[in-house]
Amino acid sequence: MKLNLTKVVNGCRLGKIKNLGKTGDRTMDIPACLLYTKTGSAPHLTHQTLHTIHGVPAMAQLTLSSLAEHHEVLAEYKEGIGKFIGMPESLLYCSLHDPVSPCPAGYVTNKSVSVWGIGGRVEMTASKFMAIQQALQPDWFQCLSDGEASFEEAASIKRARKSVDRSLLFLDNCLRLQEESEVLQKSTVIGVIEGGDVMEERLRSARETAKRPVGGFLLDGFQGNPATLETRLYLLSSVTAELPEDKPRLICGVSRPDEVLECIERGVDIFESFFPYQVTERGCALTFSFDYQPNPEETLLQQNGTQEEIKYVDQTKKIKTTSCNQEMTSFEINLKEKKYQEDFDPLVRGCSCYCCKNHTRAYIHHLLVTNELLAGVLLMMHNFEHYFGFFHSIREALKSDRLAQLKELICRQAS
Amino acid sequence: MAAAVNPTSLESAPRIMRLVAECSRSRARAGELRLPHGPVATPVFMPVGTQATMKGITAEQLDALGCRICLGNTYHLGLRPGPELIQKAHGLHGFMNWPHNLLTDSGGFQMVSLVSLSEVTEEGVRFRSPYDGDETLLSPEKSVEIQNALGSDIIMQLDDVVSSTVTGPRVEEAMYRSIRWLDRCIAAHQRPDKQNLFAIIQGGLDADLRATCLEEMTKRDVPGFAIGGLSGGESKGQFWRMVALSTSRLPKDKPRYLMGVGYATDLVVCVALGCDMFDCVFPTRTARFGSALVPTGNLQLKKKQYEKDFRPIDSNCTCPTCQKHSRAFLHALLHSDNTAALHHLTVHNIAYQLQLMSAVRASIVEKRFPDFVRDFMGTMYGDPTLCPTWATEALASVGITLR
Repeated sequence: MKLNLTKVVNGCRLGKIKNLGKTGDRTMDIPACLLYTKTGSAPHLTHQTLHTIHGVPAMAQLTLSSLAEHHEVLAEYKEGIGKFIGMPESLLYCSLHDPVSPCPAGYVTNKSVSVWGIGGRVEMTASKFMAIQQALQPDWFQCLSDGEASFEEAASIKRARKSVDRSLLFLDNCLRLQEESEVLQKSTVIGVIEGGDVMEERLRSARETAKRPVGGFLLDGFQGNPATLETRLYLLSSVTAELPEDKPRLICGVSRPDEVLECIERGVDIFESFFPYQVTERGCALTFSFDYQPNPEETLLQQNGTQEEIKYVDQTKKIKTTSCNQEMTSFEINLKEKKYQEDFDPLVRGCSCYCCKNHTRAYIHHLLVTNELLAGVLLMMHNFEHYFGFFHSIREALKSDRLAQLKELICRQAS
Repeated sequence: MAAAVNPTSLESAPRIMRLVAECSRSRARAGELRLPHGPVATPVFMPVGTQATMKGITAEQLDALGCRICLGNTYHLGLRPGPELIQKAHGLHGFMNWPHNLLTDSGGFQMVSLVSLSEVTEEGVRFRSPYDGDETLLSPEKSVEIQNALGSDIIMQLDDVVSSTVTGPRVEEAMYRSIRWLDRCIAAHQRPDKQNLFAIIQGGLDADLRATCLEEMTKRDVPGFAIGGLSGGESKGQFWRMVALSTSRLPKDKPRYLMGVGYATDLVVCVALGCDMFDCVFPTRTARFGSALVPTGNLQLKKKQYEKDFRPIDSNCTCPTCQKHSRAFLHALLHSDNTAALHHLTVHNIAYQLQLMSAVRASIVEKRFPDFVRDFMGTMYGDPTLCPTWATEALASVGITLR
């Protein structure tokens, strides 16, 4: 695997990762997002509906929290998780946790980390963890790590230090076990940068992890609500500065468009795509514009549209949804609102997704009001396509030195 | 209130069914329906998409499975989103973007299923809405008016439906009222050139009442006839006899639609008895409970025995689910909260039903339907002689014996 940087502008990296996958012939452009999955499947989507989406990322994210409990089955299956879930062509990254449903704290020890599946807690020592990875055979996997220093509001230095120590110990153990496994030679370990909110520990984690033969780095502990990310951004720059340029930097728990751009500016390459899923679960559709070079007429139309949306959204933003504990953002519209009952426009004018090419806001509204399963399917198709289109525009903007315009456009639409 | 048969109506109803083949032993027929949104091969199973959607699957997926006609429900759609909105959306076809045929039920069945919320008079059915407590009167005229707005290719008369377990004078009352309501529907129908109004034979489990209904309703020259009031709680023995009686008295050159039937065995037997069209929520509903339909019955995929079963649901099935996924994966997915699991099974179960009907039709066309029936029963029950008694009797009544 090789990361070639095409250019670096204001800290933002544009590049290509080559020689990916079991056959070593796949590539991935960065900045990139990963396809979010639950139990190995895109939410709501079958292979058929997933493949009508344009721009599906080359790499999908699997979560150990949803797969660990199926370890025995996968071990007996022998052919790896990609084939098991019906995605043999996709690159696969296995993270520890699901970014949407964080696990309860207090279950990391010096010897083990726990993940939470449908059947309950699965405790993993380094050996059990590696045995599971051996059954999964992903292309990349997040190494076993202690991410709990970032859970508390003001984690102690002691807790931060412990998270770094433990994670390094897990890393060394896992790397040693990887050497002993023929099956896992083709998988890449992603080292995890911990350290809570303590600068010293963060730097130590970065430097020490970079010394190990990992294929990339996961920046853990920067997730939370928008306010917490804000305060952690300064940490982020310092951390990435310590990391080698030629290895990809992933971040977990950050998926909002504005936060994505902030992180890209601080040297992050790869993101999770759970934000469009959360939007779907609250019956909303992404409508934010990422067209940073529209023609003047379009700008006027869009501005008028955006103004109206923002005005209405402000009134309703306080809606908390139980399913994902997230407030609605100004990047989206809420299709349950009565005003969409007779709106025969597509979700987003000009969007080429299956939903926008075939259905109207009125129809989606009807499906939501009648609690029909198809609402989730169509919204997920649109939200993923819209989000993947956003990432495409980031890469295009970087290519043509227009990221500042894109950032300004996104910030204008953020609340 | 005796209805006069309007002489002009005798010439106006289109012949929408073309017979392609008939079984020389049983009453099975293969045909083709010519409908405004394209031809439909019969016998046909019509999946049910009650609220302008097939639950969880897109119009494109449904089309790819080969479905050319599915159901919508007037009662539900009449309440939400309402006929005015659907009309603005260019009819139900436009609203849900379904390019093929649609059949809408009149709302009559809800009289039985929502009996605690309904009251029947000669005027119509008065429903109390479960959503806002509002009262609506669904009369024959109103039902046809809504269905005219929906624009479905086949519309159903409003019938006075009683549960098949009800006995006594109510059954007779409902049968005669259904005839009167048929005439009111015919009179109210604004678009006979674009939408085909079917009559629904009632009469419960009483042979005399059924016979009377058949005699009267067949005097009305509607494009097709449905056999209603069955597929409730009645015994299978009574069920098949009423179906057989009905098909023996219905015209051969018009489609026979047996409402609410969808279990594989029932489909095969009722095709033998001379039915052409079927609908049922069972295949799609059971999918959402984790049950996959197979030639030997069904697989309850949530059960532990499928945890490590790496075979597809059915190795002979050509549906996308069976092409890509194993029972083991579906088992794991069904135990998660990802709705994709339900959609995989919905796709498969619809494919199963459509593939079954295709196979039935091919066997009729190729003059080997009785052999097909024997093979089917053998696969389903282990041995043709282990087929349920009612089915054996029903098949025997039309000349098919199961050795």
